[in-house]
Formats: sequence, structure tokens, C-alpha cells
Amino acid sequence: MMKSLPITIDSVRKAYGSYVALDDVSLDIQAGEFLTLLGPSGSGKTTLLMALAGFVRPDRGKLLLGDRDITRLAPNKRDIGIVFQNYALFPHMNVLANVEYPLALRKTPKAEARRRALDALARVKLDGLAERDIAALSGGQRQRVALARAIVFEPRVMLMDEPLSALDKNLRETMQYEIRRLHDDLGITTIYVTHDQREALIMSDRVAVMNSGRIQQIDTPQQIYDRPSTRFVAEFMGEANIVAPGAARRIDGADASRETLMIRAESFHLDAKIVGRDGVALEGTLRAKAFRGENWLLTLALDAGQEILVCIPAALASGCAELATGQRVTAYAPAAKVHAIPGAVA
Amino acid sequence: MTVLADPALAADARRERRFFLSLSLPALFIVGLAAILPILWIIRQSFLTTGGEYTVGNYEKVLSSGLTWSALVTTVELSFGTLAFCILLGTPLALALASARPRVANLLMAFVMLPLWTSILVRTYGWLVLLRREGLINAALTGSGLTAEPLPLVYNFTGTLIGMVHYMLPLFLLPVYAAMRDIDANLVRASASMGATLGQTIRTVILPLSTGGIFSGSLIVFIYTIGFFITPAVLGGGKVNPLSIRIERTLSTFQDWGSASVLGILLLVLMALIGVMFLAARRLMARNKFGTAHA
Repeated sequence: MMKSLPITIDSVRKAYGSYVALDDVSLDIQAGEFLTLLGPSGSGKTTLLMALAGFVRPDRGKLLLGDRDITRLAPNKRDIGIVFQNYALFPHMNVLANVEYPLALRKTPKAEARRRALDALARVKLDGLAERDIAALSGGQRQRVALARAIVFEPRVMLMDEPLSALDKNLRETMQYEIRRLHDDLGITTIYVTHDQREALIMSDRVAVMNSGRIQQIDTPQQIYDRPSTRFVAEFMGEANIVAPGAARRIDGADASRETLMIRAESFHLDAKIVGRDGVALEGTLRAKAFRGENWLLTLALDAGQEILVCIPAALASGCAELATGQRVTAYAPAAKVHAIPGAVA
Repeated sequence: MTVLADPALAADARRERRFFLSLSLPALFIVGLAAILPILWIIRQSFLTTGGEYTVGNYEKVLSSGLTWSALVTTVELSFGTLAFCILLGTPLALALASARPRVANLLMAFVMLPLWTSILVRTYGWLVLLRREGLINAALTGSGLTAEPLPLVYNFTGTLIGMVHYMLPLFLLPVYAAMRDIDANLVRASASMGATLGQTIRTVILPLSTGGIFSGSLIVFIYTIGFFITPAVLGGGKVNPLSIRIERTLSTFQDWGSASVLGILLLVLMALIGVMFLAARRLMARNKFGTAHA
């Protein structure tokens, strides 16, 4: 296992004219951690990654690799492995030459370079394709070559910029597990950029949700999903219902919360008995229903006028097929799944 | 396996293809008229005496003349010299343009293209003003004491080469610049992230991926220089005599259409030979592209 390093990002700011791409971002990443920067396009996640790689020069702030200040260090001296969104494989070299490239730059003896390149290719399950032309590879194979090339020189840190966005869904899911497994095998500090919240949840030790050049929340996937600190995070992470204060009533009749509540669509049940007496109930008129295979999605119009989404697993949804639009429906959510968003106004 | 197609639909498809092919007819007509016919006429002319009888005497006369062979050597020297300087000056310039910010690149490009919009005669005589004994450059050199005597910069091979390179550089630059600009910026970044210095990135990534553009540019320069007339005529001062000038002299001084036609065919053969050389070199480089990563 190679020795990996922690990363410190200290008040990094980057503006392009009046557009602020990074607004005093600070972040500590532990050695060996898998951290995902998650956010919509334009949120600053790629800018932050490129600043770490050395391709974007921050206006101010500091970047530390271990205890070494790399803010002004040239990209080729940072010893960081990068996997690019479009793979950035050299089209004029074959698979082996691509993977040997960083070793050749380091004047590694030829035989050793060959052995290590073949090792790296075996790690990403590409043995046997070493002599293949890049143009003859599928998208998934290119992705693996890019990974092999990024790990072969044993960098201290790995950066990945939406590496799976060009792959189709099934392949993407396979690669998610493989990248995570590779990370666990090598123990290398990894910063992963994506706009796909499921991918972030599946792969990461911690997720940093970014928006408008700021980190909105940084936490474990479960905390980010269940306990979002802002409305933006709540809505970005899945089908979230933001319920205005007073719209939900307690099943046991106790005083309802005076706060803005976040309830995920899949937290609802149509049966009050499953939920428990301290849960909440939301009553409304069925506006629309859709069968999505593994679940039913119901749209309820609450009496206050707000619409909420209710997602019922198909296995528990006996009766959903018979519901008619215009009918009164009550959705129940257990107390553990009702989250008050601090300071939010619905 | 082919499935039998509906004949009506197949006919539609054929008609569509025929229509698009027919769009090339006007151009083909003009090329045929203006290029192929004259070449056939020249070939015929090269086998005729002034009296109009069939002969191979024109070939004997031209090919046994020392002037022809020295013209051939001058043509090749001038072409390769011009090409060498275009590659040496143009490749770094293309790299500079391709890596500049778009606004700066456009401005620089305008400067590069400006000479192309100026008449070739004006530009050639412009060089005369700069390069002759009493010209600006020699005045500056002798005036500042850098040289005691004015340098012989014009009415010789040097002057002709300067004029030719000046004319050809933009033609070389354009395809090379286009090839370099099309290189994915992430390839350059990837190379740097793996530890390559700028020099190593240029050598291992940028140049190998620009060879197509460099080949196209070189071929264009060759095609232009090999038959170029005005620049050697004005700046060569009678001492630089490539095939183009020999042809003109054979016609204007001796009205010898037969010999001039032979010289023209010689030029054509030279061009074809060099063209084949280029294609072969290209093929060879494409086949060897899977070298290991020489850093």
C-alpha cells in the first residue's frame, strides 16, 4: 500500500471577472479518505479540483499536500494522479505506452516500467489488451486505461473529474464499485467530482455538497441524505419535500413542529400503524400517480396549496393501483425520517 | 445478409446520390478544361518540332543541357530550403498561436494573414527595398558598425529564400495551427499531471499529434515553391534560376515551345516524385505511431 497524504484547502478564492467560481472554500481531507465534491454544473467543484491539480491558479488561499504548501507548485511537480472526464488518453500511443508514459518520464528502467504498467493494467482488469490501439477500446475500457495510467506512478493523491459521466448506466454502476475497490486496495487519498448524487452516496466516505462556489455541507453520505443542513442540499440529494411550518400534524395530536420540515418522498407510508404515534401526517388530494416499476409515485396537493411527492414501494403498495385522482389521501412519515432544516423558510 | 429492398425506394436513394454527385460537375468541367487539357497539349507539344513534325529531339536537347540540371538542382534547393525554414519558424509560431488566448490568437493571426492579402509583387519589391545594398537593413548594419561592408542580401539565393519563406509561412502555418488547436487541452494537462515538463509535453504529445498538419503544410509549401516564378525573378537578380525561370526564358527568348514543354513536364515529374515521397513518409510514420513513451 502506498503512503497517501492528507489535503488541506484553506480559504481558496477564484473569480473570473465578476463571476466567483470559488468563494473562500476551506476543506480538510484525511489521508486515505474518499471524498466527493458534489454539485450542479457551475457550482465550482471542477474549478476546485483543477486548482488542486495546478491548472487553475487561485486568487488567494492556500493548498497543502501533507504539510507541504503546493499553492504555487507547477502541476508536473505535484505528484497527483488525475482521471479526466474524457479520459485524455494519448491517441498516438497504444494502451501499454499510455500506462508506461508517467514511468518513462521518471526514467524508470524499461523492464521495471513494463512490469509495473502490466501490474496496473491487471489491477483494472485489462490484462491482455496492452497492445491494443486506443481507438479500438470501448468507453469502459478507456476508463480503465485512464485509471491504470493514474495509479501506475503511485501518486500520493488521486483526483477524478466526473470520470463515469460518459458511460451508460450499467457500466457506470460497475465502475463505481471498481473505483471504490481500487481506492480501498491502494488506500490513496481520493477527491472525486460528480453531479450524480447517487454516485456520491454509493462511493464516498464523505460528501461535500457545493453550490455557487461554496461548500454547503460536508458529511457522511447518510448524514447528507437524512440530515441536510440547507434546503439546497435537501433538494439536490433526492426527492425531498420541504414542508412549510404547520402543514404537518402529529399523529398523536401533540403540537406540530414550528420549523420547516424535510421529508423524503420514500419516507412516507399510507398506513398509519407502520409509522408510530410520534410520526406526522399530511393530508391532501391526489393529483397524479405514476407507476415506476419498483415504486409508485403519488403527487398530493396539501390543503395549504403545496404539492408533495409520495413514493410507495411497489411491494407495500397494494391499493395504489385503485387510487383515483381527486381522492383524499393521507401520507404518514415516522418521526425519525422527519428532519427540521435549521433556519430554512419554506 | 441483404434484404431485398423496395425497388421504388432504392431508386429514390440512387436519384438522391446522383443529384449530390452532379453538384461536382461544374467544378470538374473547369478543372478538365483548365488543367487536364493544357497538360495534354503540353505533352503533345513536347514531341513536335517548330515545323510541327514528330520528334524526340526536344527531350534530347533539354536533358543533355547542363542548364536544365542546374535549374533542377536550384529548384530542389529552393523548395527544401524554403520548407526547412517554414518548419523551423512556423511550428513554434503555430504552437504560440494555438496556446494563446482566443483574442490574442485572432490578433496574431491577422498579422500572419495580412501579407496574404497584399499583392505578391508589392511584397517582393518591398523586400528589395529592405535588402538591397543601400536598403534599410544594410544601412542599419553598417550604420551601427555591426558590419564594415553591406551584406549581399539580395540578387542571390539568400534574398530569394527570404522572399520565398515570407510568402510561404502563412500557408504552412494554417494547417499546423489548425492541427495544434484541435489537440484536446486535457491531453496537455494529463501529460503535465504525470510529471512532464513543458518541453517533454511538446515532444511527446503536441508534436506527434500535429504531424498531420505539418505534413499538409509541407506539401502545400512544396506545391507552391516548386513552380514559383516572381520571387526568384525579382530577388534572384538573374543568378537564381529554377525550372520556372528556365521555362519563361526558353519561351520569351527563343520562342521554343517544344523545349519549354519538356521543362514543364520535368517540373510535373519532379512534383509527382516528391508527392509520392511525402505520401510514403506519411504512411511510414503512421505505421510507427505505436512507439513506447519516449520521454
